[in-house]
Amino acid sequence: MSLTGAALGAGLGSSLLAAAAGTLLPRRARRVGAGLGTGAAGAAAVVAGGAALSGHPWDAWYPDLLPLAGIRLAVDPLSGLFLAVTGAVAMCAAVYGVGYARGGPRGGSGLDGRVTQAMVPLFVAAMLLVPAAASASTFLVAWELMALTSLLLVVAEHRRRAAVAEAGLWYAVMTHLGLVVVLAGLVGFAAAADGESFTRMRAAADGMSPAVRGAVFVATFVGFASKAGIVPLHVWLPRAHPEAPSHVSALMSAAMVNLGVYGIVRVGFDLLGGGPEWWWLLALAAGAASALYGILQAAVATDLKRLLAYSTCENMGLVLLGVGASGLFAAVGSRPLAALAMTAALLHVVNHAGFKTLLFLSAGSVVHATGTRDLDDLGGLRSPMPATTALFGVGALMASALPLGNGFVSEWLLVQSLIHALPSGGTVTAVTMPLAVAVVALSAGLAVATFVKAFGVGFLARPRTPAAARAHESPATMLAGMAAAAVCCGALALAPGWAASGLTRAIAVAAPGPDAVSAQATLRPAGLPSTMSPLVIAVALLVAVVGLAALLRAAASRRARRRARLWDCGAGPMSARMEYTATSFAEPLQRVFDDVLAPETDLDVTPVTESAYLVDSVTYRARVGDRIEHRLYRPVLAAVEWTGQAARPLANGSVHRYVGYGFYAFTGVLVVLAVLR
Amino acid sequence: MSAAVSAAVSAAGAVGAAAQVVLVAAGAPVLVGLMRQVRARLEGRAGAGFLQPWRDLRKLVRKEAITPDGTGPIFRTAPLVLAGTALVIAAVIPVATTASPLDGAADLFAVAALLALGTVALALAGLDTGTAFGGMGASREMTVMALVEPTILVSIFALSVPVGSTNLGAIVTSTLHEPQRVASPASVLAAVALAVVAIAETGRIPVDNPSTHLELTMIHEAMVLEYAGPDLALVEWASAMRLTILLGLVANLFAPWGIAGASPAMLPVALIAFAAKVAVLGGALAAGEVFMAKLRMFRVPELLAGSFVLALLAVAASYFLVAP
Repeated sequence: MSLTGAALGAGLGSSLLAAAAGTLLPRRARRVGAGLGTGAAGAAAVVAGGAALSGHPWDAWYPDLLPLAGIRLAVDPLSGLFLAVTGAVAMCAAVYGVGYARGGPRGGSGLDGRVTQAMVPLFVAAMLLVPAAASASTFLVAWELMALTSLLLVVAEHRRRAAVAEAGLWYAVMTHLGLVVVLAGLVGFAAAADGESFTRMRAAADGMSPAVRGAVFVATFVGFASKAGIVPLHVWLPRAHPEAPSHVSALMSAAMVNLGVYGIVRVGFDLLGGGPEWWWLLALAAGAASALYGILQAAVATDLKRLLAYSTCENMGLVLLGVGASGLFAAVGSRPLAALAMTAALLHVVNHAGFKTLLFLSAGSVVHATGTRDLDDLGGLRSPMPATTALFGVGALMASALPLGNGFVSEWLLVQSLIHALPSGGTVTAVTMPLAVAVVALSAGLAVATFVKAFGVGFLARPRTPAAARAHESPATMLAGMAAAAVCCGALALAPGWAASGLTRAIAVAAPGPDAVSAQATLRPAGLPSTMSPLVIAVALLVAVVGLAALLRAAASRRARRRARLWDCGAGPMSARMEYTATSFAEPLQRVFDDVLAPETDLDVTPVTESAYLVDSVTYRARVGDRIEHRLYRPVLAAVEWTGQAARPLANGSVHRYVGYGFYAFTGVLVVLAVLR
Repeated sequence: MSAAVSAAVSAAGAVGAAAQVVLVAAGAPVLVGLMRQVRARLEGRAGAGFLQPWRDLRKLVRKEAITPDGTGPIFRTAPLVLAGTALVIAAVIPVATTASPLDGAADLFAVAALLALGTVALALAGLDTGTAFGGMGASREMTVMALVEPTILVSIFALSVPVGSTNLGAIVTSTLHEPQRVASPASVLAAVALAVVAIAETGRIPVDNPSTHLELTMIHEAMVLEYAGPDLALVEWASAMRLTILLGLVANLFAPWGIAGASPAMLPVALIAFAAKVAVLGGALAAGEVFMAKLRMFRVPELLAGSFVLALLAVAASYFLVAP
């Protein structure tokens, strides 16, 4: 057994042990036991993924594990990449979870119960199985296991908040509808290929008719896109991610959604071997819509975890945009650009996993310390929680596509691949590429505004409520989980050349071409004359800032810094209510994008009873709902409900009637069969 | 032999980069003084002279530093980051030489992102004060920045199409070799789009008024309202440098003549040419501002949308009008 297989086996084994520890150990030891086991599973997965990425594939068939088809596993470099990312996220989340599940000063979190403690390692195991699966049946079993375990984790805190149950319902329905389409697509594929192992499907894909291939791609694409939170199938994501416990949010947002991208790349590029332009234009359009809509919603969100969830929609949209561009370039025959776009997309998966883990874990610390996620109620966290503030600040910088951040690197590569498409492509690329660049640019700009809001309003200035003023720093285990994620982000940000060249083999599975990026401090996309070096920029910036500080110290007056009152227009000391809130910060953007967001505002003016002209009280409520949910899902839900109500008289409780229904249905089927045969 | 040549070239490039940093750092306040003087003369005032901004900076640096109540480390370090990004950009972009040793480290996208990093530092400082002014300025500045971003990237796209690279040195060198390209529709459209962006990024009329202190209209000034003494000096100096850099970028991307390649002999000429180009552009901007009023905040997106369409047309033109 190779290193890859052994490490994967160790990872799965230790997650099972962790689940056992979470079930059997007494309450106090449970957190530590399950956390250690999950962390070990994550570490083993990182080793397995690293081994696969460095060229040690592995496959195995266990015919007796499942009836009919058995379990077929294979780890190639593409699987290895997703295994390694999942493992790294699981390590950070597991360490963090040990402290987080203990609860805050206001008593236990309720997260150290048996079910929750056992489900986290099982969820991680399922996420390791999905990329390792090598047959349609194994893949679908792992996929469903992942959905079920994560569903149980989403509803872990259902006793505390009413919104959890609703989020769980949305998630359950959406994830199973997604499963149905993926199932239909893969089963159709396997039937057409006359075999359900991935090797067999890959071999048979070339001989299939374009109609079958197109149908398989569209079905699997829709299912996988719903898992990746792509607009308009994203509606579960901004509900489920905020309501889940924060370390689970990190696992879902940084590891689980990636597997949607994995599915698209695996089926679209590897099994089907690429396709015509319209597939990839579809992916490109879905990615672009998701990036823009996601970041717009994040920009106006006031709930910190909801903001992060919408930012996941945005980043997955950017990844899908890169995947779509890669497919498009491959379809028009431009292999080096396809490899570059795929590098950008997969690197962005890694980068997003890094900063989203960090951000969700820090948001969890805020919830842990203050009991609220509403940015309008936070503020001033930098003095009671300096470490968390610094770590969230790092995460926000990484997420906002600015230099020194890792998000900037992958978006730079993505834009480079897009702008060099013109000479080789036809009219289609000439029209789509400028628009795609504009989408990336606008989403980058809005992401900056979003994270300035999240960090500036949530952590800086003065506390807006007593809850925020009473905040306290998180325990060491939580800080350790966050710091590990921050270190990974920093390494990815400063040495992206090495990270990207580590992905070479994974990229070659999807988009075979020359190595897109070589392992150097300066990023040089292969065959393109553009260069950029995050490391040199960071050093230059450091030199400039330190030099300026020294110069200023030498030139400025020797007098000590004096504290002074803030400028209050002479109206006396300012209260925290005068501060800008997240809502007011986002108001200009909300106005500019009024047509897309369609915010609902309510203004109630109550006059005093004696006179209609004297105002007694004014209430103002503003809410930015999810317009897609409103327009697309509400009518469907209403129709389903109406059908249910209308069908009620059919089921009046009489057993005779039900037996009669059964009889007539059976007879009807027999008649139909008799006519058809 | 070739190693010695490339060493000499990179030494010349390093000298050029240092020279352009010094020019931008020393000249930026003079440019601001010049623009104020042009404006004053056109409005019938005598004006304070070119060097007034430098005198102001000297006065501010000598004052005591002030920490407003309730502000933290972000507020203290933001001016340093703002000025630091401006200095790094001054070393990267082709002000006087196309052979800056940092040219390969940051292309035009990275330069735009570095400018944004400085803006973000200042916006966070505005929020850190916890005043309504600070928040208001930060919110408006971030809105304008988010809307400017698509125009910048698409204009860069248009500029990079004929060259095949987004590195500034490559774009400028290629324009020098093919001067007729400056008059192409793509180039003209991109120039207009970038000029609008430069006005928005530097907070000039009609997007923002640099000399206002009226709370309803301020953007940049609202963010920096709490700064005083040396910190304020740093912010003012950095803002002047950003103005110089953006005007210089517009000038050298579309009219790079006079710029030195790798030869140090050309350097003084290049520095003078750059100063002259920026002075002309700055003077024109100041003269234009006299005849214009600031736009309402919510009319600014229309202006930026217009510039975005120009940038998009520039890319389309660079593809459809050049391709055979």
